[in-house]
Amino acid sequence: MKYIEPHAHMVSRTTDDYEKLALAGCEALCEPAFWAGFDRSSADGFFDYFRQLTEYEPKRAAKFGIRHYSWLCINPKEADDPAFAREVMSLIPEFIGRPSVLGIGEIGLNKNTRNELAIFEEHVQIALDHDVPVLIHTPHLEDKLKGTRLILDSLAGFGKLDRGKVIIDHVEEHTVGLVLDAGYWAGMTLYPESKCTPDRAIDILELHGTERLWMNSACDWGVSDPLAVPKCALEMKRRHHDAAQIHEIVFENPRRFLSQSPKFVL
Amino acid sequence: MPSKTELLDLQFIGARARLIDLAAFLDRIDRHPGEADYRYDALKKALPILLGEGPGRARAVLEALSDQDGGLLPHAAFQGAFGAPRPATHAP
Repeated sequence: MKYIEPHAHMVSRTTDDYEKLALAGCEALCEPAFWAGFDRSSADGFFDYFRQLTEYEPKRAAKFGIRHYSWLCINPKEADDPAFAREVMSLIPEFIGRPSVLGIGEIGLNKNTRNELAIFEEHVQIALDHDVPVLIHTPHLEDKLKGTRLILDSLAGFGKLDRGKVIIDHVEEHTVGLVLDAGYWAGMTLYPESKCTPDRAIDILELHGTERLWMNSACDWGVSDPLAVPKCALEMKRRHHDAAQIHEIVFENPRRFLSQSPKFVL
Repeated sequence: MPSKTELLDLQFIGARARLIDLAAFLDRIDRHPGEADYRYDALKKALPILLGEGPGRARAVLEALSDQDGGLLPHAAFQGAFGAPRPATHAP
């Protein structure tokens, strides 16, 4: 089975994980910029991180026949200091034209603060200025519902935004309807404890259809599984989803969304 | 789509195990010293949702464990999340 991993933080993973992904059928993966597990002490830390995302990781992935793409931003956890956030954002124009950069992400909210929202909106404007897709992170656990509502309210204020070029990630049962009903794409993250389990993600597919949904492992330095997507595909098979339905959700849907960037070639 | 019986064949043992695990967790909290906090209260408050009429139980549990205040915070006092809305009086 070939598939696309549309959200993985490979800077946190070993080279062995690339091999496992390739053996499982991963053809391409996308790596949004995110928090490193600690706050960087300067914008220079992000400059090196953006180089890692755009120079080093594509080469590491290519050794296993996987195409590597990235998204750039300052993540919401480090966006509550607006002066620091803007210093990092000033680096984006230097990198956004690179051949593997698809868009702006994963932007969003973390604790739903005024500064996080201001920086989120400035990122959306950068995406509009460069006509690139947007990948949005929604907050964790008890903050997700409120954060998703705030993000949707904010996006509604961008009249020129093409909602089909925006994916709002980490949806669960209480937020997926809000996102899809507003015309955006929705991402389901398969985590062992937080976010969606494979069975719950399949429930969401059965209840909401597959038109604007994808699923990802979001594997990072925390408790996560880089093979979550193929394992969920196996669970779909056990629940009588046929090969065409599985192919649609693990390959065609991410390809359809990501191909809105002309740089995404598969 | 599998029938109810097929789904029970596939998943009943796993669901049974998770239910017993939850019961054991509640017993464990009761047995150990000290005071439980808002997270334990939120979990117990959500349990009756499981016995309600479906569909939508998963969504209702998630909503019960969500911050329902719609306002923006002036600043982030901390970065993490705890799984249940934290009372204003509760220090992080």
